[in-house]
Amino acid sequence: MSRDTAALDPSRQFHHWWNNERFRGILYQVLLLAAVVGVGWFLVSNTLTNLNARHIATGFVFLDHEAGFGISEHLIDYVPSDSYLRAFAVGLINTVEIAVLGIVLTTLLGIVMGVLRLSSNWLVARLAAAYVEAMRNVPVLLLLLFCYSGITVSLPLARNAYSLFDCIYLSNRGLKLPAPVWDASTQAVTAALVAALVLATLVSAFARRQLDRTGRSLPVARITLGLVLGLPLAVFLAGGAHLSFDVPHLAGFNFAGGVTVSPEFAALLLGLVAYTGAFVAEIVRSGILAVSYGQTEAALALGLTRMQVLRLVVLPQSLRVIIPPLTSQYLNLIKNSPLAVAIGFPDLVSVANTAINQTGQAVEGVTIIMTIYLGLSLLISVLMNWYNRRVALRGGR
Amino acid sequence: MPNDDAVISLKDVNKWYGSFHALRDISLDVRKGERVVVAGPSGSGKSTMIRCINRLEEHQSGTITVNGTEVSNDVKAVEKVRRDVGMVFQQFNLFPHLTVLENLTLAPVWVKHMPKAEARDIAMRYLERVRIHEQANKYPGQLSGGQQQRVAIARSLCMRPSIMLFDEPTSALDPEMIKEVLDVMVELAEEGMTMVCVTHEMGFARTVADTVVFMADGQIVEKNTPAELFGNPREERTKQFLSQIIRH
Repeated sequence: MSRDTAALDPSRQFHHWWNNERFRGILYQVLLLAAVVGVGWFLVSNTLTNLNARHIATGFVFLDHEAGFGISEHLIDYVPSDSYLRAFAVGLINTVEIAVLGIVLTTLLGIVMGVLRLSSNWLVARLAAAYVEAMRNVPVLLLLLFCYSGITVSLPLARNAYSLFDCIYLSNRGLKLPAPVWDASTQAVTAALVAALVLATLVSAFARRQLDRTGRSLPVARITLGLVLGLPLAVFLAGGAHLSFDVPHLAGFNFAGGVTVSPEFAALLLGLVAYTGAFVAEIVRSGILAVSYGQTEAALALGLTRMQVLRLVVLPQSLRVIIPPLTSQYLNLIKNSPLAVAIGFPDLVSVANTAINQTGQAVEGVTIIMTIYLGLSLLISVLMNWYNRRVALRGGR
Repeated sequence: MPNDDAVISLKDVNKWYGSFHALRDISLDVRKGERVVVAGPSGSGKSTMIRCINRLEEHQSGTITVNGTEVSNDVKAVEKVRRDVGMVFQQFNLFPHLTVLENLTLAPVWVKHMPKAEARDIAMRYLERVRIHEQANKYPGQLSGGQQQRVAIARSLCMRPSIMLFDEPTSALDPEMIKEVLDVMVELAEEGMTMVCVTHEMGFARTVADTVVFMADGQIVEKNTPAELFGNPREERTKQFLSQIIRH
């Protein structure tokens, strides 16, 4: 059929209403909305029906009830007769503890490994590369189990513990350290230490201003050291040189007293840091490579040492490349921390699991977990975005 | 020939990049206060040669001595040489995360342990000399190419070097900015600074240089005063190169 006859064909002039672009656009949106509402309605009604059938009351009232289970590690006081709310708080604090320590250690390990992988020393560079490849290509769960069994299998039983000065013990029950007893004397010494730190900060700020104005620098490091050591020591001596420690001692199959770094805690921290550190090392490496080599050459030509070039010229510029992916690694570390369940460290998810099993309040429990992880992640993102804006280059290039 | 008042002395220097022979038996003495211009086609080893002087490149045989210090594997010797030798790059290489003033004070404070206030005074003095002091608190990215290159010269001068190396300092600049950079370099030459300058600016070579070194294929082909080398080149390779650049 030629083009002329096609144009004249009356059936081509007639437009079907279902072929109208606007109509189709609206139709698709209505269908999508109906599907979302339908699935939502199904989930909610199904949940409510099931909860009714099992006679489970919804709501967060259970948080006031007695938890009735023990938690092996708690930074705040906790006994089984405390409420579920307090149990969740203990779990949250454990999660935050792992997250904070993990992020700090991961950053340090990642920077060191990333820099070493670029070393001109063949052996050092290859060792760093081997570390990165080994850690990146092993599932983190496997790594945690490996660390945990490594610690518990290789260390001796409590009664054969390695000991240092008869007050520090290392066994498969963890690392036991003496803890200062929280009496008037310890409180005074701690207060003195805090005061010394505040004073040292003020002195260093004053010294910086003095340096800018007059060009004369104060021996800040020595003053700080003197303050931090001297002030608590003076208070300690003035208080009659009395400090009491709670020294761990063998009692039955385990130690009593002191503070403990448990094998679960150590394995979780070690596994997460080793795993995430490998990713951070790659991020740091890419950040350093993103800074043109001309920067290094110019700094070297001025007489700066290799360390100074890295610290003053290259790393500050790599930060703008490093920070955004580093943020997602921090989030990954936090989101991997619930694998603690596998090795028995009582983090938030582990505590919530127990609470859900006991109460059947799965919806509420999962809501709490999700809200807290969302909150932690958003907090990290906000902080890192703020930092990213601070290190951004000004004036374009 | 060994020269006792040479501040830079290269003797039979050879360098290879893999199998590529980049420098062949380079021997060159630079006296105190001498202005040397190095010219030649691209890939002839000009930049490689001056980058060997402050060890941004390693040479594999021969000796390089700067102010009596041999440039070698010895880290301390290299640091000493670098403190004494300033360098200006084609791509400026200012530190984009620091202000102009911070670019200038970084090395004096960290390498010479100079008090910040003093370093800042010296920096401002050199910024005035390169006529750019009103930009002291801007970032390099906010300056034009010519301004950036003048800041880079001032940054080197803040270390009070006795020798300045220039590696094609005007090659990345727009034509109208070349003059402002050359003017600063001419002033520096008039003050008696020892300079080794890789450049294609033959006008600059004619007016400022004491010696012009012509390089091709990793070798020094000819070395003479600018008047002799430009007016009466002895080697065929030199004539060929000069006819090329004069034609354009």
